[in-house]
Amino acid sequence: MSTTFWIIIAGAIATYLTRIGGHLVISRFDNIHPRVEAGLNAVPAAVLTTLVAPELLNAGPAEWAALVVTAVVSLRGGLMSMFLAGAAVLIVARQFFG
Amino acid sequence: MATDVISESGGRSDFWQGVRLSMPVVVASAPFAVLFGALAVDNGFSVLEAFLMSALVFGGASQMVGIQLFGQHVAPWLIVLSIFAVNFRHVLYSAGIGRRIAHWPVISQALGYFILTDPQYAVAEARAQSGQTVGFAWYLGLGLPVYVFWVIESALGAVFGKLIPDTHALGIDFLLPIYFLGLVLGFRKRPLWLPVVVASACASIIAYKTVGSPWHVSIGAIAGVLLAVILPPHHSGVETRP
Repeated sequence: MSTTFWIIIAGAIATYLTRIGGHLVISRFDNIHPRVEAGLNAVPAAVLTTLVAPELLNAGPAEWAALVVTAVVSLRGGLMSMFLAGAAVLIVARQFFG
Repeated sequence: MATDVISESGGRSDFWQGVRLSMPVVVASAPFAVLFGALAVDNGFSVLEAFLMSALVFGGASQMVGIQLFGQHVAPWLIVLSIFAVNFRHVLYSAGIGRRIAHWPVISQALGYFILTDPQYAVAEARAQSGQTVGFAWYLGLGLPVYVFWVIESALGAVFGKLIPDTHALGIDFLLPIYFLGLVLGFRKRPLWLPVVVASACASIIAYKTVGSPWHVSIGAIAGVLLAVILPPHHSGVETRP
């Protein structure tokens, strides 16, 4: 088997360890402390923010417009309408701003 | 195993309810799956290898990082480490979702953790928070279409990659941030949401500038979570929750 194959296998094992590891560690405790629970509740916002924030460094008018529209639509719409509105604005704006 | 769970009362409708919820994720991830396939072949992968990576790793950002490093002929152990680092946030997901799926049979749980991606965690967690049970049938309905389409579209991208027109004009490179922003905003009613977002945003940007990618993901996430842990519990609303 090629090196690429083994990289994929090792990457898959490493990924599965991350997907089950947090549970294996935390399930050893009977009671979850309120502070730990507060930390767990913060996980989605904390992680997903890191996937967006650094992108702002390279963003221009088109990207800004898309993100602003996504935020505005979020006040009323669901995830799908948010995403489609943001994507549509991005594609249109890029025709003008590059 | 799976049939037992699905045959529970309401299991079938639960499954299809999950499938309906998976559709935005299927649509949003499609461009990335195709793009991954195309870039993988461009970086020296065979079509089979691109297909295999999507089927076994099933983590878009980490796959992109992996093939990028592969194209630069980085040492194999460093590629694996980078995949691990990009996916390290899943440790937090599995720690969080474990509370919601502990009632499943062990094999179902093992499978559930395999398909635990960003949107899978976000949607399942939102359901649990609304007071509904996260059943295996519902969870599988949510995750299975995303997985199947991801793997098929990766292979299609690998085969037809050279046919993709100007990806910049089509905005493909920025669809992921838009989608993740949508997910972040979906959690805005949580206690401590704004401080956590601000802390994670600042930490990840600083880490991106100093330590570099992909570590900004783990560093930014830890900053936001630590803030929630350090602030007094009554601020987070945990103690007042029924």
